[in-house]
Amino acid sequence: MDKPIAFYVNGEPVEIKANPSLSLLTALREDLNLKATRFGCGAEDCGACSVIVDGKARYACTLAVGDITGQHVLTAESLDAKNFEHPLLTAFLARQAGQCGYCLSGILMRARALLETGEPVDRRRVAQELDANLCRCGAHGRILDAVMDAAAEMGVAK
Amino acid sequence: MSVDAKIPPGLVSAPLVSDWVQPAGGGFAVRTGRAELGQGVKSALLRIASWELCVPVETLTISGPDTAASPDEGITAGSLSITQGGEALRAATSAARVLCLAEAARRLNASPDTLSVRDGLVINGDDKTELKLATLATEVDLNVPVADHAAPLGQPEDAKETARPDLRERMIGAPFVHDMTMTGLLFGRVFPPPTLTARLPKDLDLHSLQKKPGIVAVVRDGSFLGLVANSVAEADSAATWVETRLEWEGIDPAPQDPQALLEASSAPMELMLAAGSAEPTEQPTIDLTCQRPFLSHAPMAPSAALAKWEDGKLSVWSHTQGVYPLRKALASACGLAEEAVQVVHVYGPGCYGHNGADDVAMDVALLARAVPGQPVRLVWSRAAEFQTAPLGAAMSTRVRLWMNGRQISAGRVSVTSPPHSTRPGTAGAPFFRSGTFLSDPQPFIKAPDVPPASGHGAARNARPIYDAPVLVERKLVNDLPWRTSALRGLGAQLNVYAIETALEAALIADRQDPFEGRLANLTDPRARAVLERLRTFGGDLMSDSTEDRGWGIGLARYKGTGGWAAVMADVALGDDIRVPRVRVVADIGEVIDPDGARNQIEGGVIQAISWTLKEAVTLDGARVAGTNWEEYPILPFSEVPDVQTDIMERPGEPPLGCAEAVVGPVTAAVGNAVQRLLGVAIQSLPITRHRIVAAVSAA
Repeated sequence: MDKPIAFYVNGEPVEIKANPSLSLLTALREDLNLKATRFGCGAEDCGACSVIVDGKARYACTLAVGDITGQHVLTAESLDAKNFEHPLLTAFLARQAGQCGYCLSGILMRARALLETGEPVDRRRVAQELDANLCRCGAHGRILDAVMDAAAEMGVAK
Repeated sequence: MSVDAKIPPGLVSAPLVSDWVQPAGGGFAVRTGRAELGQGVKSALLRIASWELCVPVETLTISGPDTAASPDEGITAGSLSITQGGEALRAATSAARVLCLAEAARRLNASPDTLSVRDGLVINGDDKTELKLATLATEVDLNVPVADHAAPLGQPEDAKETARPDLRERMIGAPFVHDMTMTGLLFGRVFPPPTLTARLPKDLDLHSLQKKPGIVAVVRDGSFLGLVANSVAEADSAATWVETRLEWEGIDPAPQDPQALLEASSAPMELMLAAGSAEPTEQPTIDLTCQRPFLSHAPMAPSAALAKWEDGKLSVWSHTQGVYPLRKALASACGLAEEAVQVVHVYGPGCYGHNGADDVAMDVALLARAVPGQPVRLVWSRAAEFQTAPLGAAMSTRVRLWMNGRQISAGRVSVTSPPHSTRPGTAGAPFFRSGTFLSDPQPFIKAPDVPPASGHGAARNARPIYDAPVLVERKLVNDLPWRTSALRGLGAQLNVYAIETALEAALIADRQDPFEGRLANLTDPRARAVLERLRTFGGDLMSDSTEDRGWGIGLARYKGTGGWAAVMADVALGDDIRVPRVRVVADIGEVIDPDGARNQIEGGVIQAISWTLKEAVTLDGARVAGTNWEEYPILPFSEVPDVQTDIMERPGEPPLGCAEAVVGPVTAAVGNAVQRLLGVAIQSLPITRHRIVAAVSAA
């Protein structure tokens, strides 16, 4: 049942031996020890597990590793790379945009997917996109402010 | 400092300076018994310690609750972490400075009165010395009582903003108990009975389950069922197999109406308070009853814990609000001495009260007992989280007001509610849900209400903030088929809603302005001040009123002893009801961490708007029917209001806490905006389009 499955995570090639139906979320957390991607519901309702796969925001909880062979996965760990802090992370920290933070890695990645399309965005567009993600602590206002700061920094703020 | 009548509770169990602060790594290591629940308490406590030690905040570390190391500060709840925990730490760190300066005075042959500390260095008069406070601390006996040496300086006038130390890892790291790993870690799953009367069938095929790949142990004790596996994938796969086969017995399918059960209960309506002259004999001017449904904590992560049994000792890592109460309850439930149990606090999802953290800790202890020597991590399923975590209490509050024009001449507030606190250790019982299902059961017992000294539970804020004579009574209903416990604000949300709704109805009937009508009944100067300031601060909302868009206000002082909050909500009625803007004026006494306080207030506003517009636990008999986010929707990003907060400057006043103060006034402000638009009050929360249509057609 288990077979070798190869894809890229944060720019590095990885290969795991797994059942192709294994979720990307479990593969990231347990096989690759990348735990910033989080389990919230397992049903695409909350967005806590959001990652970027080949440029698009995806729910890692329902995405089978067998379906992403050769594809490029970006997780929240990539926001703090060597010599590079993503403008989203900088802005979220500057705004203290969060409370418990459990939802934030998923929100950061969905926001990143949006901003990196290059589409000019306003606050309403960002909010609409982030409706795929939930936050329970009520940090929404700061989160939207921070995404707009990053959008301005990246030259995509409308 | 005069440590007299009001000693912060932490100083009773941890009286020594060294219990709170010790030199470490060239700086200081600070300990707290308050749990960092995502509210930013570590940041605020570090600020206090840095002010008292007069050292840069970067030279401090802080560690959280751990029964092997930290002060016992009970439960981190009730917006008391700064009021109590902050004051204890302030006293302890000030004592450390005093002791170090005494040593410096000896060395410099100077009087302690001429010495001070700046940026961690001792200053003699105006002259810098070579003496470093943290170095002196390594040579001073800190094992002495805080009370003998405390001399707090308080907040410096030029206090700078500081960053939360934990946010980066919460964004891109692995700081949660869900992320913990250890050598030999195993992975658990449990299958909590969906109701308190549900039972596992006797002939359950555990043999086949045992044979599934990677299964290390299957644990059945009474109706408690769980498994332990070698990997998450194997645990999940076996869990799916179980879940598709499980058929529970003993679930009563008859429809259950919580409000009808509350009403019908024979529990007595007890007098809580009678202030002022006797109640008038005539009919009240206003007599209305407001209700709220069960609410879910609905944290972003399902509850989780990690445990290990070894040589008769149990270690538990948990996102509990109280490591010491949890330890005591686990020891009692597992038949261990308290000393044989260690509970360590680890970050979890945002905590808004007594959620599933304690219950899942008991669950994982039961699993770990089956695999001694090996640690087990357990994360509940999302469905288990919705279905089995304690619920925020459904309740009902009746308010009667006797008016003389805009003047309240008397009031009566009658609260009917299940208990608001069934934490581990309540009334001496462990109070673990799984404990009730064991073959040797540890049943839930009758839970008392939160005592008045702790700000009441059901009757929290049932005493109106207004001057008039009032009678407060409460009926505590203990035999409902649902388990309820503390959720942000306890009874305050509904009680403030009901009182403010009733007053608004009276003011509308008398064509009174909401501000003038309230001020006419208020002498409390700080209440008047927040209300007066809100009138200016919310000016932009008031100028935008139209036929289907209007504003309303709500006011309360949390618990009658905490922070004041005056709130204005801007409500738009259309295809749906929206709250585009909210303005808050709060008086929370001394503000320790301004950005942290604003963050907590904003969060309280948004969570309360979500409760008010969206949230209600749906039931199927005694079972919670909604087990996912689609069935329990919360406020999404696109409906979040613009929230502006104005915090009163009250330097020198005691800090009063802020996390819960706004939930009642926010709910009331939304309701009163709707009431002013429609001319009729919505008495049942949540305020939905459906309820508005029903209220209008009934009027």
